[in-house]
Amino acid sequence: MSNSVIEVPPKGGFSFDLCKRNEMLAKKGVNPPSFRKTGTTIVGLVFQDGVILGADTRATEGPIVCDKNCEKIHYMAPNIYCCGAGTAADTEAVTDMVSSQLQLHRYHTGRESRVVTALTLLKRHLFNYQGYVSAALVLGGVDVTGPHLHTIYPHGSTDTLPFATMGSGSLAAMAVFESKYKEGLTRNEGIELVTEAICSGIFNDLGSGSNVDVCVITKGGKEYLRNHLQPNPRTYTNSKGYSFPKKTEVLLTKIIPLKEKVEIIEGGDAMEE
Amino acid sequence: MSIFEYNGSALVAMVGKNCFAIASDRRLGVQLQTIATDFQRISKIHDRLFLGLSGLATDAQTLYQRLVFRHKLYQLREERDMKPETFANLVSAILYEKRFGPYFCQPVIAGLGDEDKPFICTMDSIGAKELAKDFVVAGTASESLYGACESMFKDDMEPEELFETISQALLSSVDRDCLSGWGGHVYLVTPTEVKERILKGRMD
Repeated sequence: MSNSVIEVPPKGGFSFDLCKRNEMLAKKGVNPPSFRKTGTTIVGLVFQDGVILGADTRATEGPIVCDKNCEKIHYMAPNIYCCGAGTAADTEAVTDMVSSQLQLHRYHTGRESRVVTALTLLKRHLFNYQGYVSAALVLGGVDVTGPHLHTIYPHGSTDTLPFATMGSGSLAAMAVFESKYKEGLTRNEGIELVTEAICSGIFNDLGSGSNVDVCVITKGGKEYLRNHLQPNPRTYTNSKGYSFPKKTEVLLTKIIPLKEKVEIIEGGDAMEE
Repeated sequence: MSIFEYNGSALVAMVGKNCFAIASDRRLGVQLQTIATDFQRISKIHDRLFLGLSGLATDAQTLYQRLVFRHKLYQLREERDMKPETFANLVSAILYEKRFGPYFCQPVIAGLGDEDKPFICTMDSIGAKELAKDFVVAGTASESLYGACESMFKDDMEPEELFETISQALLSSVDRDCLSGWGGHVYLVTPTEVKERILKGRMD
């Protein structure tokens, strides 16, 4: 129990001071809210020049789609990107945090970040919280030792693979990869395969939908193709839009001007030096 | 019963042409009993940034006081107002800090950024940001609000048309929700003025 009168902003990390109250509420039959999840299909594969990552763009809150075009491919380093599935706040927070740690490490060492560094930082954090930080990640990048692709599970285990899928749509996407993947794919073949795998997730899995995002990472650099494919355009919009013949009834209006109206008087007297 | 259905709320924010509008209902209840019909859910952080908090009213008030405190510290240090994007990051960090014992609130942030570009954003109760270009919704009436906004929204609306659209979307959605309603409160912000209007709705 702190005795300080002034509340100082905390130094970082999780704060557990509302847990007791929330537990008391849960006992009284009041259920905690559902968190925003990214139902998701995320994939990655290694091709001849590097790594290609792909993701769908739907974010769900229970059965409702709350974001039709969210970004699931997160930046970690100029040569490393990470796709995230699971609880949206966890994937965003953990990738942001490790991205900052990698930046600091780059300043310390003066070298380009390695994918295994990001991998170790992520898995240590996730294992530390024993799976309660619900983030399932596909990490891919190209560094001095070559192209790398890894998957990281919420409890902290990792796999190193030539092609990987995660999320609720992972089975649909893996089916496509298992039948069509081969080593030494070219860039266009790789992008086409990744797009096909994500589309398989979008159309067959209810937790994934909307558009396909693709990120191609090579030794030379990265290419982030946001909304590379949009297989679900909105086709039912009325071009005229809604018109409201009966206006809303207003009880009270208050107008607060933000910019003061200033009058400029031309030809004033010159100021004395 | 979910914790969000204890007080009941409806919040929506929409983007127009160089302007934005943020609207809320006015009911405060304790489960099925109505306690107040003039509850303020939307608060001003600074002249061009508004914050709406839906969910448990006590957590909304505590969170609001914390955020105003942090913003005032920022103003003292930086000698300027916070940009909406920065404020959204601050709210997200404060909510994620309580990841395993969260505040039962869903914030809706709306502001005018650089070059009078409107910015809207919502989050779930642990800080997962959703930046939308058209509209964001929160509260017990959110499912109806999604439907109403999806059909009524148009791109690049002028301020008066935006006001009409957001009011109609809000009132029609809260009419389908027992826990929110009793009128509406709309803030319409353009680069030159803030128009605050109280709407007449069904009082049931």
